[in-house]
Amino acid sequence: MMLIPCPWCGPRDDSEFAYGNQAHIARPSDPASTSDQEWAEYLYFRDNPKGPFAERWMHAAGCRRWFHVVRDTNSHVILQVYKVGEWPDPALGVGPANKES
Amino acid sequence: MANQSNRLAAGGRVDRRRPLVFRFDGRRLQGYAGDTLASALLANDVHLVGRSFKYHRPRGILGLGSEEPNALIQLGRGNRTEPNLRATQIELFDGLDAHSQNRWPCLRFDVGAVNSAFHRLFPAGFYYKTFMWPASLWSTYEEVIRHAAGLGRAPEGPDPDRYERMHAHCDVLIAGGGPAGLAAALAAGRSGARVILADEQAEFGGSLLGDDDVTIGGTPAVDWVAEVVAELESMPEVTLLRRATVNGYYDHNYLTIAERVTDHLGVGLPTVPRQRLWKVRAGRVVLATGAIERPLVFRDNDRPGVMLSTAVRGYAVRYGVLAGRRPLIVTGNDDGYRTAFALADRQARVAGIVDLRTDPIGPLVAEAKNRGIEVLAGHSVTATHGGRRIEAAEIAPMTADGSGLAGSTRTLECDVIAMAGGFNPTVHLFSQSRGKLRWDGERAAFLPGTSHEAEVSVGGCAGTSSVTQAIKDGIKAGLDQVRALGHTARQPAAPAVEEHGQGETRPLWLLPSTQPVGRKGKHFVDFQNDVTAADLMLATREGYRSIEHVKRYTTTGMGTDQGKTSNVNALAIVGQSLGVDVPAVGTTTFRAPYTPTTIGAYGGRDVGHLFAPTRTTAMDPWHRANGAKFEHVGDWMRAWYYPKAGETFRQAVDREVTVARNGVALLDASTLGKIDIRGGDAAEFLNRVYTNAWAKLGTGRCRYGFMLKEDGMVMDDGVTTRLADDHFHMTTTTGGAARVMNWLEEYLQTEWPEMDVRLTSVTEQWAVASICGPKCRELLGRLCSDIDLGNDAFPFMAMRDGTVAEIPARVFRISFTGELSFEINVPTRYGLALWEALMTAGADLGITPYGTEAMHVLRAEKGFIIVGQDTDGSVTPLDLGMDWIVSKSKPDFIGKRGLARPDLHKPDRKQLVGLLTEDPTFVLPEGGHVVETVKPKPPMAMLGHVTSSYYSPSAGRSIAMALVKGGHARKGQTLYVPLEGRTIPVTVAGTVFFDPEGSRRDG
Repeated sequence: MMLIPCPWCGPRDDSEFAYGNQAHIARPSDPASTSDQEWAEYLYFRDNPKGPFAERWMHAAGCRRWFHVVRDTNSHVILQVYKVGEWPDPALGVGPANKES
Repeated sequence: MANQSNRLAAGGRVDRRRPLVFRFDGRRLQGYAGDTLASALLANDVHLVGRSFKYHRPRGILGLGSEEPNALIQLGRGNRTEPNLRATQIELFDGLDAHSQNRWPCLRFDVGAVNSAFHRLFPAGFYYKTFMWPASLWSTYEEVIRHAAGLGRAPEGPDPDRYERMHAHCDVLIAGGGPAGLAAALAAGRSGARVILADEQAEFGGSLLGDDDVTIGGTPAVDWVAEVVAELESMPEVTLLRRATVNGYYDHNYLTIAERVTDHLGVGLPTVPRQRLWKVRAGRVVLATGAIERPLVFRDNDRPGVMLSTAVRGYAVRYGVLAGRRPLIVTGNDDGYRTAFALADRQARVAGIVDLRTDPIGPLVAEAKNRGIEVLAGHSVTATHGGRRIEAAEIAPMTADGSGLAGSTRTLECDVIAMAGGFNPTVHLFSQSRGKLRWDGERAAFLPGTSHEAEVSVGGCAGTSSVTQAIKDGIKAGLDQVRALGHTARQPAAPAVEEHGQGETRPLWLLPSTQPVGRKGKHFVDFQNDVTAADLMLATREGYRSIEHVKRYTTTGMGTDQGKTSNVNALAIVGQSLGVDVPAVGTTTFRAPYTPTTIGAYGGRDVGHLFAPTRTTAMDPWHRANGAKFEHVGDWMRAWYYPKAGETFRQAVDREVTVARNGVALLDASTLGKIDIRGGDAAEFLNRVYTNAWAKLGTGRCRYGFMLKEDGMVMDDGVTTRLADDHFHMTTTTGGAARVMNWLEEYLQTEWPEMDVRLTSVTEQWAVASICGPKCRELLGRLCSDIDLGNDAFPFMAMRDGTVAEIPARVFRISFTGELSFEINVPTRYGLALWEALMTAGADLGITPYGTEAMHVLRAEKGFIIVGQDTDGSVTPLDLGMDWIVSKSKPDFIGKRGLARPDLHKPDRKQLVGLLTEDPTFVLPEGGHVVETVKPKPPMAMLGHVTSSYYSPSAGRSIAMALVKGGHARKGQTLYVPLEGRTIPVTVAGTVFFDPEGSRRDG
């Protein structure tokens, strides 16, 4: 079981957290102006890399805050933890998928 | 009773003053306290303890501990019986009742042994090759295979024992309490660090318990063990776990330990559980799991009496049991000589030492000659003799490369063969932790290579064969770990160790014989699954290359022992067969648990009524006291219906519905999800999460709303009330409460963090009694004097603060039944008092409690949907015919863009309609398929399915709702619901079955 360092509560077992998939996918600011293709990509398309991945977690059984984790999906090594509104370390090469955010 | 003929007069760690009586296959035998079942059986000269899995060959005890592949035992009876326990790990207790497995009718005469005569019919992949066709016969094959397959019997009833789960954190977890683990624990413990030391055996000491030729600090090694354990016991931060197998190594230094607390006593104790499963988060891990001796692969190497060399030595030294009087040692290293001497010291007449090495040298070889033990260098075992017990071995000199014979055979009589094939470091936990193994050609073994977690391997599992080195490395590992964690530590002095030096090992994976492999005899590699060298070679001839495929095809390493004694031999033989080195073959994956672990230990206390949490309302005691039947709704227990004496389910529900329509009825609606929403942007927030408009909702007014997911599908519904300009009370479905709360929090935190909105779940804070029916206003009037209940003063979809039965209350005029109805919310601690007050005040009005079933009927009569029953995540508001609730003017809300996708407007989508059966008394089953054209048998083109179906007392007939393709355009059509043995014609109708004008809402 992974040990996830919640930026508010400190390290906790992963069973306390809920997973929120890929991070930095912003909801389009004007959904009505998106094409069906763009909307489908926002709704359904996610990256699935083997390696570092910026993803969202929520400390469901703790502070209930959403935050971001850069995790290596292959080794489960947690490379960075940061709050909503903050950005991954550029050195990790996990830039936001959606520049609008 | 047998007389322990193989028990030595003195020596060993058993207590001869405490004899214990036990049974093996019904036979009464005697052993001593401190014995395992295996040592006690050997003491009584019982070697034949089981039949092999496939060929039913007689099998004896091979090993000394958890590596044992053969001696699998069924222990105990009834609902406490447990199969596949290793006799080598079962501690003897008085009255122990053990049975051998995989034999019929009995161990000495077994019908299944005919398989052995037909062994040519059971090659590798036999099942794959034989039972694949014709497919139609599989069910016949399966029955026969299932009867023959499997080992042991399952318990006959629920497990009566108690299990616990422990959660622990420590600085250093040390797996294995042999010399290396003890030294590491001592070094780490002296720093004051929190240490857990766990060992699978009953006492610490590991290999030192089975050796008498090692001294530490000038005294026998076991004395050093006792000293170290005593010091560790005195350290408050050190936890010592005996009979505790570190069986799993997971991400981020999370490990599990299976501790067997009372198994060795034979009876449970009231104060402690039978077993505990420890879940440990460790700062650092020291793996000191030792090594397992490799068997040698020679012709018919599986006869009872053919054992691992360290096991034969261990039984003699640790248990005072001579497994045989005439042992033959077959060795590829110096360690076999130690066994020969230990046995010779105990009056055994060693038949000889067959040394695979061409020219063995060193002090041990010299000592053998001094002792007059014949050393047969460069020899192979070419055959063995004996039925239920080894009787003799044929040996012959080998060619220099060990691939063939270079001389004639000679027969040596023996009653035990001790195999010393070298050691496989126990790298299971290291590998589970995703450490990478490396092949060490010199030691002919896989060793820990690159670590993945914060751990270090020391001692035997790191390839060390010397106790001196193990202790030195253990001390260093202990110090390194605590220093890495910031503790200050002082180096304990390493004690002086006297032991035999260990010379070279000759790995010889397949001993040559007078017959080719596979002819006249079997070279067993995996004893438990009866996999031979010939099977492995056949697999490679048939084209298998990947070891993972060879493993599954031949089943090598797939028994309950997971190939502890067989895997490396199998890899090497596959490598030889393919002409590649062992590292090129690779290894199969090591998986948790290290040894079989009871399901009970994993389940812990999460069984029976503790399996899942149950939520109950404040009124629950009243429901129970008044005979309610309950149903689970999410985690909640809700009153389902309240039968009177002699009433059927239908009669009770019909009665409750009828009262709700004609008098006054009372529902416990406390389970409804409730969320308190505050903040300057609360109204705008609701605008974004609901499909309809919320900005203009007046204070004290309620509105029904739909929440959609971004894809436009219905997620939840409920009534939300404006309590003040910046304060709302939202309700959700009972089952959707947590989901909605998560959903709203996610949007607030991640999409709209700038909004001034706070959410609080208040589901548990409010108890809700919903009164319903034409007489409910009269009832409420009797208990509430500070709210004007008149229709104009307190209209439908309004909320008033007031006092009901002297309890501060929020009263909502909302209705899920179509009747005049009030939902009275009071703080949860007053819920039961409110309920009782309503029942008392309404007694003369005939007040009747109604449960969730009547509630369902009442709402279905009115065509009110239940999200999750009439919808399934693929249903839009338009599909439900509820276009009116979707705002056309709001620029955006969650789901608006999704709903605009053209496919969601197609006329042939599944749409919610009513169905009326021709026979008004017939109630359709929910889930029934709706078709347009009936065929004699499936498949039939399906239009949809029945989502809700009840008998409606108010309509006087059965009613149903269904999702049907293009349903809204099918009103009046006749469709069919095919059921088992009959087909029900139905007419498509609207979804409102009662009071379509809504005339009853205001009472």
